[in-house]
Amino acid sequence: MMMNYIWGSIIILSTVCAVFTGNISSLSNAVLSGANDAVSLVISILGMMAFWTGIMKIAEKSKITECLSNILSPIIKFIFPDCQAKSPATKAICMNITANLLGLGNAATPFGIEAMKKLQKNNNFKSTATNSMAMLIVINTASLQLIPTLLCTLRQKHGCENPMEIIPHLWVISAVSLAAGVISAKILEKVK
Amino acid sequence: MIKNFGFYVVPIALTIIISASLFKRVPAFEAFLEGAGEGIKSTFAIAPSLIGLITAISMLKCSGALDLFKNLMIPIANIFNFPPDVIPLALLRPISGSGSIALLDNIFKTCGAESHAGKLGSLIMGSTETTFYTLAVYFGSVKIKNYRHTLICALIADFTAIIMSVLISNLFYH
Repeated sequence: MMMNYIWGSIIILSTVCAVFTGNISSLSNAVLSGANDAVSLVISILGMMAFWTGIMKIAEKSKITECLSNILSPIIKFIFPDCQAKSPATKAICMNITANLLGLGNAATPFGIEAMKKLQKNNNFKSTATNSMAMLIVINTASLQLIPTLLCTLRQKHGCENPMEIIPHLWVISAVSLAAGVISAKILEKVK
Repeated sequence: MIKNFGFYVVPIALTIIISASLFKRVPAFEAFLEGAGEGIKSTFAIAPSLIGLITAISMLKCSGALDLFKNLMIPIANIFNFPPDVIPLALLRPISGSGSIALLDNIFKTCGAESHAGKLGSLIMGSTETTFYTLAVYFGSVKIKNYRHTLICALIADFTAIIMSVLISNLFYH
């Protein structure tokens, strides 16, 4: 919804600004070349994206997702005290977080929505978020992806010598920001 | 060491996954083909929004509006040693995934992927998510109206990620 306004105002603002700065000719060129640039960007990331989702499909079929999700379940129990161990909600939450870690965006969202629906069943106030729901979403908005393939491919496309050098740093940053999100949620959930 | 560690991540992941598939007797190549097909579909699925947004962002850049905004932000950005080119990315990142890809692509084009702005942009891109979109999709699926503390905590996490990205980019890449 919000994107309608943002996208619209970017275009209007650019046009108005171009008139005042006298850049109107380069603006019209930008319209022509921008769309082309986008297509070449899509083509340049296509190979790596396809290869990596292929590899991740192997991981999924080899039950690596389930295995990781079992390893995570003690931590999940600690973060989601309202959820019964081995309940369908806990299982969906584990699978959602694992899918996020592996960068399976297409799988993470359905698991997350399934978890939300399971959590909603035990919710006494149907239009108000529970503590577990808030926690699940806070975890989902912290980027947990172990190997950010799209980002690395984009860096390589622009001539980066070590597109992967940022990965260890990203892990540290994500861990700290996740901790900040989880701790603040734990504190604020007690405020009525 | 930490600089080279990134190189090992992909080969290690590949070895683990392929070994697991052999151990579990999964038809690896067939699974690969299935997944790669899905990957092509989902990459093409983001193409329309990338075409719309990359065009809009390159209009913004060519009109001079992006530079104007950047110049306005320089005094604030300098206090925090924050490259002004990255400010639009930090602002758009919680709202739109494709929009932030478009802006990051623009940063790489203008400043280079190895520049301070390019590194910081990469770190912010990789450590934050499209917060508003995620909230809308998840709460929308169960018709929750009262988000309570969810948004503020999600934004605290994003803000922490941005601060950490600035610290790390100043420490390691400057």
